[in-house]
Amino acid sequence: MAPSSLDVVLKGSSGRNTRGLLRVIILCTIAAAAVSSRLFSVIRFESIIHEFDPWFNFRATKYLIENGFYSFWDWFDDRTWHPLGRVTGGTLYPGLMVTSGVIYHILRLLTIPVDIRNICVMLAPGFSGLTALAMYLLTSEMSDSPSAGLLAAAFMGITPGYISRSVAGSYDNEAIAIFLLVFTFYLWIKAVKNGSIMWGALTALFYGYMVSAWGGYVFITNLIPLHVFVLLCMGRYSTRVYISYTTWYALGTLGSMQIPFVGFLPIRNSDHMSALGVFGLIQLVAFAEFIRGYLPGKQFQKLLTSMVLLTFGLGFGGLVLLSISGVIAPWSGRFYSLWDTGYAKIHIPIIASVSEHQPTAWPAFFFDLNFLIWLFPAGVFMCFQKLKDEHVFVVIYSVLASYFAGVMVRLMLTLTPIVCVAAALALSCILDNFLVASTPSTETKAKATTDDKSLRSTRNPVVGIYSWFSKSVVVASVTLYLLLFVAHCTWVTSNAYSSPSVVLASKLPDGSQFIIDDYREAYYWLRQNTPDNAKIMSWWDYGYQIGGMADRPTLVDNNTWNNTHIATVGKAMSSREEVSYPILRQHDVDYVLVVFGGLLGYSGDDLNKFLWMVRIAEGIWPDEVKERDYFTARGEYRVDEEATPAMKNSLMYKMSYHNFQSLFPAGQAMDRVRNTKLPKESPQLNTLEEAFTSENWIVRLYKVKDLDNLGRDHSNAVAFDKGLKRKRATKHKGPRVLRTE
Amino acid sequence: MAPKRHAASTTSAASSTPTPTPALTTPKLSSGPTTLKTNASAAEIATHVWQQYASTTPQRTLLLDAFMAFLVLVGGLQFVYCVVAGNYPFNAFLSGFSAAVGQFVLTASLRMQTSDSGTGSGSKPSSKGKNARFVDESEEQGTGISHERAFADYIFGSLILHFFCVNFIN
Repeated sequence: MAPSSLDVVLKGSSGRNTRGLLRVIILCTIAAAAVSSRLFSVIRFESIIHEFDPWFNFRATKYLIENGFYSFWDWFDDRTWHPLGRVTGGTLYPGLMVTSGVIYHILRLLTIPVDIRNICVMLAPGFSGLTALAMYLLTSEMSDSPSAGLLAAAFMGITPGYISRSVAGSYDNEAIAIFLLVFTFYLWIKAVKNGSIMWGALTALFYGYMVSAWGGYVFITNLIPLHVFVLLCMGRYSTRVYISYTTWYALGTLGSMQIPFVGFLPIRNSDHMSALGVFGLIQLVAFAEFIRGYLPGKQFQKLLTSMVLLTFGLGFGGLVLLSISGVIAPWSGRFYSLWDTGYAKIHIPIIASVSEHQPTAWPAFFFDLNFLIWLFPAGVFMCFQKLKDEHVFVVIYSVLASYFAGVMVRLMLTLTPIVCVAAALALSCILDNFLVASTPSTETKAKATTDDKSLRSTRNPVVGIYSWFSKSVVVASVTLYLLLFVAHCTWVTSNAYSSPSVVLASKLPDGSQFIIDDYREAYYWLRQNTPDNAKIMSWWDYGYQIGGMADRPTLVDNNTWNNTHIATVGKAMSSREEVSYPILRQHDVDYVLVVFGGLLGYSGDDLNKFLWMVRIAEGIWPDEVKERDYFTARGEYRVDEEATPAMKNSLMYKMSYHNFQSLFPAGQAMDRVRNTKLPKESPQLNTLEEAFTSENWIVRLYKVKDLDNLGRDHSNAVAFDKGLKRKRATKHKGPRVLRTE
Repeated sequence: MAPKRHAASTTSAASSTPTPTPALTTPKLSSGPTTLKTNASAAEIATHVWQQYASTTPQRTLLLDAFMAFLVLVGGLQFVYCVVAGNYPFNAFLSGFSAAVGQFVLTASLRMQTSDSGTGSGSKPSSKGKNARFVDESEEQGTGISHERAFADYIFGSLILHFFCVNFIN
């Protein structure tokens, strides 16, 4: 079939070199494809940081670059969480910022003047290329087939489940964490296979890096011990396992404690206890193995039973005692919500209010993974067939990650790598069997036919696929699926995951693109028109963006470390003006920012999040804010004429619809998000005045009025300005004094 | 498994723990008394194990074992201090303790890697019955790594360990 010149290149020792070279070229191409498929947003919009959290990371990175590493480490940020401030240096995962800081300085050293913003924007695509390489290494460890690694790398490079968190500009912890996750697992597999201290230590080092980069490190912390535990239960203890695990645990735990945010958690928190337990267990098993070498079976069993009973009793008692006495912290809330999906909704509304903590919808699996999701079980099954140590790892990982991905949308990210591995294993097996165009040699055929007399089970029939028809059909369909996969991935990436969400895009009726840039307009207005330390109050979603883009102090932000403070803001937003105004004064608020999508039909606005504000506030002040008050008697959430008084009088409602009616002919005001007609009268704001409203009314800014010069209360002052007659009753009582101090 | 017998079988001699020195001088001699009774008491088993161990372990491995015992002692002392006198500089305690634990674990790993093939000449007493399977397995695993490589790995691991400890000690 093949021309002879090709044969020379593909066979023998030069063939090995050629294949190696080809492999390198293919990997580079995959990495390039991975990077370039993430650039949609840069091309379509501009090189800009996306969403919410990346804005904080960007701001922190700028701080790191300007002030150096040590002051970054000790950074106390007084421009967030006013008036509390935040010990930022000790409460973040510094891996991401330090990584881009190092890249920045290296490029500077090479005299390449590059803006830190561009580094931050391009960091995630760059690391996704590395992830593809790490994926190749990991999968190559699992399979002998040369194609499995390359397939896995290609899948990992373009699968939407991973792209969703790593497009250009999504400068978030996950950007580097997934690479570290995959690479740590690769090193771990390597360590288990070789049983050398070096690989174990390298695993620990990358684990430490991972700890510094993402809170999801707990996944590794539990997965590796589980792997070891299952190996022990299968009776597969070996010195290799002992060496790699203990090295990893001893070094990795110490390494993770170097991060101030993690600190003593690895020995205090129950999330980390399984690793410690398995560490103890493997010591015992190793000791037992050691003793076993010196004893005949009977006595050994006797000794073993007594030892097992003793240690189990001691360990369990100790754990219970420590948990009761409170030395070991109870499981964290996020962890509980992993087991009981309803837990967060009842106990911690702030966790439940984040959309990425919601359970995954079924279509999301197909949307994010396409045909990999149905190759996934096949790949896991093939791991069961071989079931070496590393295949056990794949099985455990896939079971755990599938469960977690079903519980939380964002954990789809941890499922994606193993799906790529398993799917690549399955697909490479198919391709290896069907793509090879060889027929069985006559010799083997003859062998199979000659020994008819031997037992049937010992016979070795020639099994294989040799018909051209079945081969071509299977290969064609697989190729078709692969092509569809690429098309799907590109489509999903360009349509669903490449929007910066700071800049919105919509299509005009004639099909041309219409850029909605209200956020930046409003933030820039703040930057230009307000004093440097004007405090901005907004719902916490926008805290990071205000800090990053407008550079103004905020009350709450996406860090959500202080639930009470957030509840205070929620209370101010959901109460009557008379209640809210003292809160605003007490917190030195100068401007209040609300997001309102009613004019444009932008559904992610504050009125749609309003119930969460009410719920969170209710969690702290159950007798002042009640969720029930915001629903009508029939249990509807309405904003029109029939809205409840609590709703109509709430600050949020008033700020959202203030003057909105004036845009429309009388009585025609329509809210296009909630599709309702609004009351004729615009709500009356007394204590705030409108300062700025963006072009499409998405962002509205209100200035908090100072106390009245004449000592009147604000509703009277407004009424006076409007020329209404003052009620006599208030005159005699004297001015009501607002106690703000 | 050449039959190696100490002249005087010390099976039932419940004497005090023999010092490792005789074993050091005669590492080749092993007293593999397989005559331990099936219903022996725990103490007898323990002494039996100890004698086996002392007489069959080569000197280099014994050195490692002494170091490990020392580390256990140091770790235990620190732990006792922590329990008795309070854990005030918790960083310091943790790094001291984990230095001991980590070094212990690394040394144990080194011991496994070196003693597998080091005693592979047949002085390992455990290749009988169903234990043989495990020994063969571990020996087959141990062949991948030479002693020099194991020691280099050990140094690499220890360096990282102590870097972390010093960094953490405050």
